[in-house]
Amino acid sequence: MSIRLQNVAKHFGNSRALEPLNLDIRDGELVGLLGPSGSGKTTLLRIMAGLESADREPAGRIQFGDRDVTNLHVRDRRVGFVFQHYALFRHMSVFDNVAFGLTVMPRKSRPTSGEIRARVHRLLEMVQLEQLANRYPAQLSGGQQQRVSLARALALRPDVLLLDEPFGALDAKVRQELRRWLRHLHDELNFTSVFVTHDQEEALELSDRVVVMSNGRIEQIDTPDALYRAPVNRFVFEFLGDVNHLEGSVRSGVLTCGDASLKVALPDGEDELLLRPHEVELVEAPTADAHLPVTVTAISPVGAEVRVELEADWLGEPWLATIRHADFERLNLARGVRLFAVPRRWHRFPEERTAAAMSLLETVS
Amino acid sequence: MQRIGDAPAVRRLLVFLAVALSALFLLLPLVAIFAQAFAQGIGVFWANVNNHYTLAAISLTLFVTVLTIPMCLVFGVALAWLVTRFSFPGRRILQTLIDIPFAVSPVVAGLIYLLLYGRNGWLGGWLDTHDIQLMFAWPGILMVTIFVTCPFVARELIPLMQAQGSREEEAAVTLGAPGWTIFRRVTLPNIRWALLYGVILTNARAVGEFGAVSVVSGAIRGQTNTLPLHLEQLYQDYNTVGAFASASLLALIALLTLAAKASMEWRAARREVHA
Repeated sequence: MSIRLQNVAKHFGNSRALEPLNLDIRDGELVGLLGPSGSGKTTLLRIMAGLESADREPAGRIQFGDRDVTNLHVRDRRVGFVFQHYALFRHMSVFDNVAFGLTVMPRKSRPTSGEIRARVHRLLEMVQLEQLANRYPAQLSGGQQQRVSLARALALRPDVLLLDEPFGALDAKVRQELRRWLRHLHDELNFTSVFVTHDQEEALELSDRVVVMSNGRIEQIDTPDALYRAPVNRFVFEFLGDVNHLEGSVRSGVLTCGDASLKVALPDGEDELLLRPHEVELVEAPTADAHLPVTVTAISPVGAEVRVELEADWLGEPWLATIRHADFERLNLARGVRLFAVPRRWHRFPEERTAAAMSLLETVS
Repeated sequence: MQRIGDAPAVRRLLVFLAVALSALFLLLPLVAIFAQAFAQGIGVFWANVNNHYTLAAISLTLFVTVLTIPMCLVFGVALAWLVTRFSFPGRRILQTLIDIPFAVSPVVAGLIYLLLYGRNGWLGGWLDTHDIQLMFAWPGILMVTIFVTCPFVARELIPLMQAQGSREEEAAVTLGAPGWTIFRRVTLPNIRWALLYGVILTNARAVGEFGAVSVVSGAIRGQTNTLPLHLEQLYQDYNTVGAFASASLLALIALLTLAAKASMEWRAARREVHA
C-alpha cells in the first residue's frame, strides 16, 4: 500500500520538529529514513503510525493508498510497528506476545483460538523461534527479541510496516544477518516498509530509496546509488561517508593552499573541494596536475582495503585515504613516509548551488 | 582476600549493634504489648475485646479501611497514569502536591477538614442547611483517612511507571487493543506488585491513623471511636489491660500486614529467578 504525506509538519511546544514536508512512498517499497539524531526521522515515522499527531495548522494530509488516515486513530490504521527497543510485553511469553494483536480483536472478527494458535506458530516458524514459544522476553537475546517483535507486528497482516531503528541495539554481525533477513521478508510478503536509521551503511544497503533528513527537513530522496553518486548538497555528501576537505584560492586555473597546488577548471576566488577517501590516490612523485605533499601518520588495514591517515602543513584536518592492499605493498607504506596525494575526482558544493538544488527538490517531491 | 571494613571485630560489633537495637526498640515493645494484654489471663483479655465498645471500634476501623483502600487504589493509579503518561503544564506541581499529606502533620490535616466542613466551616453552613453531617461522624473519619493515605499507592507506582515507560502500551495500541484492554493486559500486570505493596502500606496506615481522626471524630464511644482512639480512651481511664488488649489487636493487624508484604516480596523474588 502506498503512503503519501502532504504538507505534514510538527511542533513540540515552541520547537519545530518537522518543517512542512511531502513524501510519496510507492506500494511495496522499502524506504529508509536516514539522518542524524534530532533530524526528525523518528517523529516522521511516528506520525505515519499515528503515535504522534501532525500539526493542525498548517493542515497536513496522510494517505495510505486511497484511504485518508490523517484523523484515524493508531488502533485503526493497521500498521505494524517495530519499536527501537522491541517493547515486548515483558510478562507474556513469546507466544502470547505474538498472539496479542489477534486476541484483542473484537469478538465477532476474532479468529478462533485454534486458528490463532496455528497462525502464531506459522509466524514463529517464519522468524525461526518456534522452539522458544514459551520463553519470556528477558530470556532471549537482542536479535531474538527483535524477531519476536517483528512477528508480533506482522501477526495482523499489516499493509504497512514501520520500523524505528530496528537494528540499532544489536551487534554488527547480528545486525547484518537481520538486515538481509528483513529484505528477504519484505520481498516475500510484499508489504510497504519504512524504517528509521542513523547508520548510512544500513540505509544504503537495505532501502529501495533513502530519504535523507536533517533539522526537520528532507534533504534528498533517491536510490542509494544516485544518492551516493549525486548528492544534492553538502549535508548529504558529508553525511553519507567520510570526507576530506581541500580549501584554497584559485588563480588562473590553479588552486593553491600553502605549498600544495592542484589544477582545477574553476573561476578565480576562494574555493573548497571535497573528496571521498577512495578518491585519493597516493603516488611517490607529484604529477603535472597535482602537487599535494602529505605524510602518513596512521595505517589500519580494514577488510578489503587499507585506511591511511595523512597530514600536512597545508591541511587543517588530516585526510583519510583508502587504498588497495596491492598499492599498500607496492608503495611500501609506513608511518612517517612522505608521499603525494592525487585526487581521482572531487566534489564542490558552493552555497548558491545548494539553494538551487533545494528548491528543485521541493518542487519535485 | 579481605574487603574494606570486613575485619572480624568490626563485623561482630555491627551485627551485635543491629541485633541489640532491633530487640530493644522493635521486638521488646511488641512482646510487651502482648504480655500486658494477657497479664490477667486470657479470660480478662477476652472480656475486654468482646465488649460492645471495643467491637464497635473494631468494626468502624475495618469499615473505614475497607472503604479507603479502593478509593486510594483508583486515585493512585489514575494519578500515576496521568503524571507518567502525559505531559501537561503543572505536571511537576501535581507531583509535588501528592506529597502534601506526608509533609503535613495529621493533626493539622484534621483541623483543616474541621475548618472546611465543620458546622462553622466554609462549607459547613451549606452542609448544615442540607442536613449533611460529615464531621464527628464516619464520613469525616473516612475523609481524613483518605487524605492521609492517598499518596501511598501513587508514590509506589510513579517511579516504576516512569522507569518502564509507555513503549509497551504504544505497542499494544498499534496492535489494535482498546484502552481498557491495554490497561488490563499490559499496564496492570507490569505494576501489580507495586500496586499490592501500595495497598498494604495504605492498609497499615488507615488502620493505625490517630492524629487526623482524633480531631474530626469527636470520639463518641460506640459510635465514632476507631480502634486507636478507643485504645487511648481506655488508657486514660486507667484500664491498662483493656488498652493493651486493643493495642494487641492493632499489633496483630500490623503483623499480618508485614507477613503479607514479606510473602509477596518472597514470591516476587522467586518469580524473578524463574523468569
